[in-house]
Amino acid sequence: MSGHEQFAEDLALYALAALEGDERTALEQHLAGCAACRRELEQLRGDGALLALSAAGPKPPARARQRLMDAVAREPRTVTPTLAQSARKNGAASSSSRTGVSWWGVLGWAAAVAVLVFATSLWRENAELKRQAFNLRGQVGQQTLELDAAEKFVETITNPEGQHFTLVAGKTPPQPQGKAFYLKSRKSLVFLASNMPALPAQKVYELWLIPVKGNPIPAGLFKPDANGSVTVTNPPLPEGTEAKAFAITVENEGGALTPTMPIVMMGAGE
Amino acid sequence: MALKSGDQGAMAVLYDRYSSVVYAVALRVLGEAAAAEDVLQEVFLQLWRNPGAFDAARGSLGAWLAVITRNRAIDSLRKRRPETDIEDCVVSVAPDLAGEADRARAAEKVRNVLGTMPVPQRDALQMAYFEGLSHTEIATKTGEPLGTIKTRIRSGLMVLRKAFQG
Repeated sequence: MSGHEQFAEDLALYALAALEGDERTALEQHLAGCAACRRELEQLRGDGALLALSAAGPKPPARARQRLMDAVAREPRTVTPTLAQSARKNGAASSSSRTGVSWWGVLGWAAAVAVLVFATSLWRENAELKRQAFNLRGQVGQQTLELDAAEKFVETITNPEGQHFTLVAGKTPPQPQGKAFYLKSRKSLVFLASNMPALPAQKVYELWLIPVKGNPIPAGLFKPDANGSVTVTNPPLPEGTEAKAFAITVENEGGALTPTMPIVMMGAGE
Repeated sequence: MALKSGDQGAMAVLYDRYSSVVYAVALRVLGEAAAAEDVLQEVFLQLWRNPGAFDAARGSLGAWLAVITRNRAIDSLRKRRPETDIEDCVVSVAPDLAGEADRARAAEKVRNVLGTMPVPQRDALQMAYFEGLSHTEIATKTGEPLGTIKTRIRSGLMVLRKAFQG
């Protein structure tokens, strides 16, 4: 945050929503054009989150859970894969705290392989379902089928009853592996990786969509967790871009608009 | 559809995992069980309605929920409209706070760090964070200069950050 020290104290107050008046207005104007200060703000919120964690108290009353689940059941479902992914990821962490071994870390690449296996069969099944549906019910729209397939896809990855399999070559040490699932028509991208090496501070991995035509498009920044695992879901992407490949580079925190060589991982469409 | 129950199951997993953190933060701010339960309800319903607001690639869900909860609870305490859009609230935090054991360790460490801070600094930080007081209000309450309060709050947060970077 060098060169922005004059905002340092105001940023801390702003992160706690304790800055008022003209100082707040001035800082918001500065933030709009200063990525370094925005990053510092995110960090300060994280520092505040640590403070929040110091709060300890009784568990919520049991009725609160039922009250929430009743409310959820009444609401139209607007859940995207992000929530399901979060639940999966955090559910996995839950089991890790019980066993001392991270599910995500142990299975790691298995999740990606399982996704591939399931997705392939699902898409085949989806094609068959599409044919049947059009034969039986000509009025069934393409969108409905796509939605069903997408929902099935997500459930396959996230359902706790699902089986997951790891396939690796014999006696091979764990290698970084990544799998990108991209649905052009929905601008939907899921990227899963495992065994990714940790990065120095101030560095991030950047995922790139390599289009059939044109320059690489940024497709999300990430840092692996303590087990080297990564999940990126639905970064902002332009409409209808046909992907030839996906690639990963190491960039400075905040990311880049063009990839910095070398490319550390790359994969073409299968 | 099948996914509907799956999604509700996902919500139940998230609730079981994070409700104790959310409730503890809300109760610490509001000091009243019924009001804390309302904030708990509101925070999880917001996540249900708009799960995309949390970007898994940019931080820990536990830290994000803690911050969202604190902000909502302060809004409720001060009887004001929500000030921050949850989608704009990106939280970057060093420790991995996904597991309950991780959070318990982090909480213990935070309490230790707070315990080593000079009392006026700890008080300023806690008044800002858990009472939602502005720096002007804290200065009035403590009778100290505005600049001193600002410095105390920032350096307090930096002490916490440093403790988790080392």
